[in-house]
Amino acid sequence: MSAFAVTFRRDFALMWSGGGALAPLGYFLGATMLVPLAMGPDRALLAAAGPPLVWIAAALAVLATLERLFQADLEDGALDQMMLSPAPLEVLVFAKGAALWCAVGAPLALAGAPAAIALQAPLALVPAVVASLALGMAAFIGMGLVGAAVTASVKRGGVLIALIVLPFFAPPIIFGAAVAQGEAVTSALLILAGCALGACALGPIAAAAALRLQAE
Amino acid sequence: MLSSFANPARFMGFSSWAAPALALLAVALFAIGLPWALFVSPADYQQGETVRIMYVHVPAASFSMGIYAFMGAASFIGLVWRHVLADIAARSAAPIGATYAALCLLTGSLWGAPTWGTWWEWDGRLTSMLVLFLIYLGYIGLWSSIEDEERAAKLAAILCLVGLINLPIIKFSVDWWSTLHQPASIFRAEGPAIHASMLAPLAVMAGAYAALFGALLLFNMRAAIHRRRIEAARLRAGAT
Repeated sequence: MSAFAVTFRRDFALMWSGGGALAPLGYFLGATMLVPLAMGPDRALLAAAGPPLVWIAAALAVLATLERLFQADLEDGALDQMMLSPAPLEVLVFAKGAALWCAVGAPLALAGAPAAIALQAPLALVPAVVASLALGMAAFIGMGLVGAAVTASVKRGGVLIALIVLPFFAPPIIFGAAVAQGEAVTSALLILAGCALGACALGPIAAAAALRLQAE
Repeated sequence: MLSSFANPARFMGFSSWAAPALALLAVALFAIGLPWALFVSPADYQQGETVRIMYVHVPAASFSMGIYAFMGAASFIGLVWRHVLADIAARSAAPIGATYAALCLLTGSLWGAPTWGTWWEWDGRLTSMLVLFLIYLGYIGLWSSIEDEERAAKLAAILCLVGLINLPIIKFSVDWWSTLHQPASIFRAEGPAIHASMLAPLAVMAGAYAALFGALLLFNMRAAIHRRRIEAARLRAGAT
């Protein structure tokens, strides 16, 4: 089995046995529930402004999973093992990101469907919202890898990760919100795909560089 | 030229007179520029007296972006050639850049209230400036939360370079998103769209901001080098 597959399986199994997407899904649902409480339950108002707020909830939910991503590996020595492996660290970091996307990102994107419907998005738009969230999660995770890696040795670095990563979430949120509002859906989806590809290509490189410094 | 600055001893010699000289230059330029911009220069035919905010606002905006570019260059040099001085330069520039960005946001808001009729508008340039300010905060936060100085320097440098790639992307995406702020009016292909009577005090203010940045940067770097020397001396004293 290749190093990529081993890392992917290990991380996926660890995340899944640790509750998997359950806690992030709960977080996502809770944050979505607060939206109508803050805006008022008026259906017309929600239909006009509600659906894009799914993106805020999803961004925060995935952000909360980033803190322990590399910290646990740094503490129990798994990271040292990865550095000893002949496979490039970038590939292993990418595998960890892919596992996070499968264990948490994809379920969150699917949960975007009921959340968007509850926030009065038109039914015809829901598949596009789910697709955009799936792409957006890949972009968030690609950027989040960097934030998680540079703060891996910081104790209680959760707030710091949020401060570092949230500004970089701006482009996916902008185009994701455009999809959720039904504006220029195809082109926004294409740009989101571009964000996801760019983040997944560059994120692991920067994250691996940061991890090498900390395992020394 | 770069490598001659990489020697901390030579840098301390150079900065011991350059820092106060730049500080004096900054004081002199502010002493000329501020009264000129705030009292002598003409009021705008449309904006009236509020145009004077521009003299404080525009240099802060362009230098806060320029300082980030400077930090990016210093981070690159620090990562690739492992120059300690480049790391110190990047770190020392960050709080100045963050302050300029905050000043830009603050004065822009004060100007927006009478001119646009709103304190804050979620338009492309305002939002990307806010993003820049947040990136500064994240950079400073990362650096101050890691104790090992050398490791903190390298990690912050990686973050700075990632931010450097991302900034134009964020800027273009928010520009696409919605826009109210006027486009650039000084550096244009057709020449400046602003009259000489306003351009001259603006240039003096820009020079003052640049000198202030240079002076603060050198003072910060000197303080950082002194701090390192004290720590090294302490370690030596503890070892014997």
